[in-house]
Amino acid sequence: MSTPVERVEPVTAEFTAEDKPWQTIVWNDPVNLMSYVTYVFQKLFGYSREQATKLMLDVHHKGRAIVSSGSKEKVEGDVAKLHAAGLWATMQHES
Amino acid sequence: MIPWERAGETVMTKVDRQESAVLRGLVQQMDEMLRSRIDEAPQDELATLTGMRTGPSTAPEDPILSRLLPDFHRLDDEDTSKQDRDSAAALRSLHEPELLDLKTGVAGVLLDTCPPGGGLVKLSLEQADAWLSALNDVRLALGTTLSVAEDMPDELPDDDPRAPHLGVYHWLTWMQESLVTALAGGE
Repeated sequence: MSTPVERVEPVTAEFTAEDKPWQTIVWNDPVNLMSYVTYVFQKLFGYSREQATKLMLDVHHKGRAIVSSGSKEKVEGDVAKLHAAGLWATMQHES
Repeated sequence: MIPWERAGETVMTKVDRQESAVLRGLVQQMDEMLRSRIDEAPQDELATLTGMRTGPSTAPEDPILSRLLPDFHRLDDEDTSKQDRDSAAALRSLHEPELLDLKTGVAGVLLDTCPPGGGLVKLSLEQADAWLSALNDVRLALGTTLSVAEDMPDELPDDDPRAPHLGVYHWLTWMQESLVTALAGGE
């Protein structure tokens, strides 16, 4: 891996906010089955059983989990797929 | 009903006449609700010309449809920005038509493959995934109606009007769990 050279550039606060990646959030709900949520994470994102189970447990215990991140277009597509699977998902700017 | 079994690229179960009638009835009701939402979509000349469909920009008022068709941002917070509200409206308008197609599509697969008089249900893996989504949607719909909570008891008191329906909900839960197990276990 290379080390980025630090450059001083005038960056407005607005530009920085726009440039931050987006995150896909899945929220806990009382209906969706733990096994099904794990299955959906594996199938939609290609996560291993272990990764998918960890994310599912985060949703279950912490009430939410970040399941993917990236460009607005990517995250928008991920949220749409999660909605099709019946999961409660939203998107937000990284904070 | 017996647990789902997977053999290679096929999953199977059997349903009796009554089970099939209950399941098909619930899926049909949900399908009708989704189709009524499709009919509400705004019609404009530009959409007709370009073939690009536009959905409504606001969430359904009905709590079941609202759960099946969620917003793209959390809007239930008082601090929600106008930017998020505008973005959620635009994203709903853009994505809802396809989401409705997918949900009525999986409902259709279930109705096509669940014999009305009961009997063998034999599915390809693709059809089984459609069943999983449709079963989940029906559980979301019923769960919303019954105000299902995390610590839902197996049975409610007899005088609770929801009591007779909770059994159906638990049965659907069992059926979905069994199907996930059959699909995930066969990898």
